[in-house]
Amino acid sequence: MEFLNNIFVNIAQWIRELLAALGFSPVWVEMGMAVVYLVAILGVCVLVALFYVLWERKLAGYIQRRPGPNRLGPNGWLQTIADAMKLLTKEDVVPQGADRIVHLLAALFIFVPTVLALAVIPFGEGMAALDLNLGIFYLIAVTSLSTIPIFMAGWSSNNKYSLVGSMRAVAQMVSYEIPLVFSLLGVILIAGTMKLQGVVEAQSSVWFIVLQPVAFVIFLICAIAETNRAPFDLPEGESELTAGVYTEYSGMRWALFYLAEYCNMFVMSSVAATMFLGGWHGPLLPGWLWFLLKTFLIMSCFIWFRWTFPRIRVDHLMNFSWKVLVPLSLANVFVTGIGVYIYNNGLGWW
Amino acid sequence: MDLQVIAFWIIAFVTLGSALAVVYLTNIVHSALALIMTFLGIASLYLTLHADFLAAVQVLVYAGAVSILIVFGIMLITRGEGRMCETNTFGKYKYTAFVVIAALFGVISYFIIITPWQVTNGIVAEENMGTIGEVLFNNFVIPFELAAILLTVAMIGAIVIAREVKNLK
Repeated sequence: MEFLNNIFVNIAQWIRELLAALGFSPVWVEMGMAVVYLVAILGVCVLVALFYVLWERKLAGYIQRRPGPNRLGPNGWLQTIADAMKLLTKEDVVPQGADRIVHLLAALFIFVPTVLALAVIPFGEGMAALDLNLGIFYLIAVTSLSTIPIFMAGWSSNNKYSLVGSMRAVAQMVSYEIPLVFSLLGVILIAGTMKLQGVVEAQSSVWFIVLQPVAFVIFLICAIAETNRAPFDLPEGESELTAGVYTEYSGMRWALFYLAEYCNMFVMSSVAATMFLGGWHGPLLPGWLWFLLKTFLIMSCFIWFRWTFPRIRVDHLMNFSWKVLVPLSLANVFVTGIGVYIYNNGLGWW
Repeated sequence: MDLQVIAFWIIAFVTLGSALAVVYLTNIVHSALALIMTFLGIASLYLTLHADFLAAVQVLVYAGAVSILIVFGIMLITRGEGRMCETNTFGKYKYTAFVVIAALFGVISYFIIITPWQVTNGIVAEENMGTIGEVLFNNFVIPFELAAILLTVAMIGAIVIAREVKNLK
């Protein structure tokens, strides 16, 4: 049990010792470990995205009472691999009127904030690539950059649908970032630390979803809006904008955007699992498995919402953020602050 | 050479290069994107100085929010009759720019020289978030709140101006 729990930590330790034994200086060992972490994060990212692309189609099938992909491999479980192969071999078309360099770079930059964010996520006890003191603040800072590649994609395509889509995306992501941050602030107030490992450790007795149910709901809504998923998928909105930001992308570059969407969902559900659902805490199973199960649960909720709610109108979307979520999250921070103050000053009731 | 020195040179090169690109690129959207790069370069400079909090604020506020504001401004205003490659023509005012920059450089250098910098031998605490919070909300609470009021006033003003334009139409 202990062995399974620490398996990845031990592997990292083993690689570190191997690098040191090969005669690298400590600085280069750290550099080597950074590369190892990066490869591990990218691997997790891609595997998770591949799995969830299929899981979404399966779950959507169950929700709509149809089989979903069921031809390729056992019960259709090889469908994503075939799709990935098809996308890899497709022609990569760049429109003539497009701003070529920006158009091509956007598809690469879309992954940068996601990978940067995953660097601080604790996948298990001691299983974060970096355990920054600023943890959550760093996470918020790097995810705020994710609007830029979308803007680049929309603008450089030189297409009205793309441009409108990217403007919607930017407006939506900037608006929903505010309640998202405030909802996390309540958790930080209770945990008393911004370290993600510290937040998880603070949840050893009670998960923060119990103490911060309002913040959890706000976070979940904002997470869906931040990842541009239905019912907040106006930037893509195929019924009005063809494919929105992604209209002019084809082949592998389009696939990169698609993959990034799932990776972003994974980041958001990891944050939710870390901040509200107790991260790696759980009985019997190893910590990292608990973490993956919790993210799986939240991801499945995202998919469930997508296939349940109809798309929201643009003005409703904005009003909902500024007139409902922002005041509500501010009130939540206020009440939490008072609660923490009373608790810390010796009037603790529980 | 020390790794930190190498890092400094790389970051300085990238930051100054992208700052030059902001001025010299003639497509204003490219300039805006290069500006984001400059902001990120400055954030990494803060990181090499162990100012983690400042670096994160720089990324969040400048690269994440201010740049988006600029980009929005650019998208909503048309210049150069639809020819995007002629939208940033400010790069040609070389002499005016030289005078302004020389004056700015002089003023900043003067203040850097006359300021009595306090040098502390104490080690900076690893976890300094709490300290920053205490300083902001105890010692400097009045400037902090004033800045908040100022921003609120500016925001309300912007909304009022935007509304009036709408009504005129």
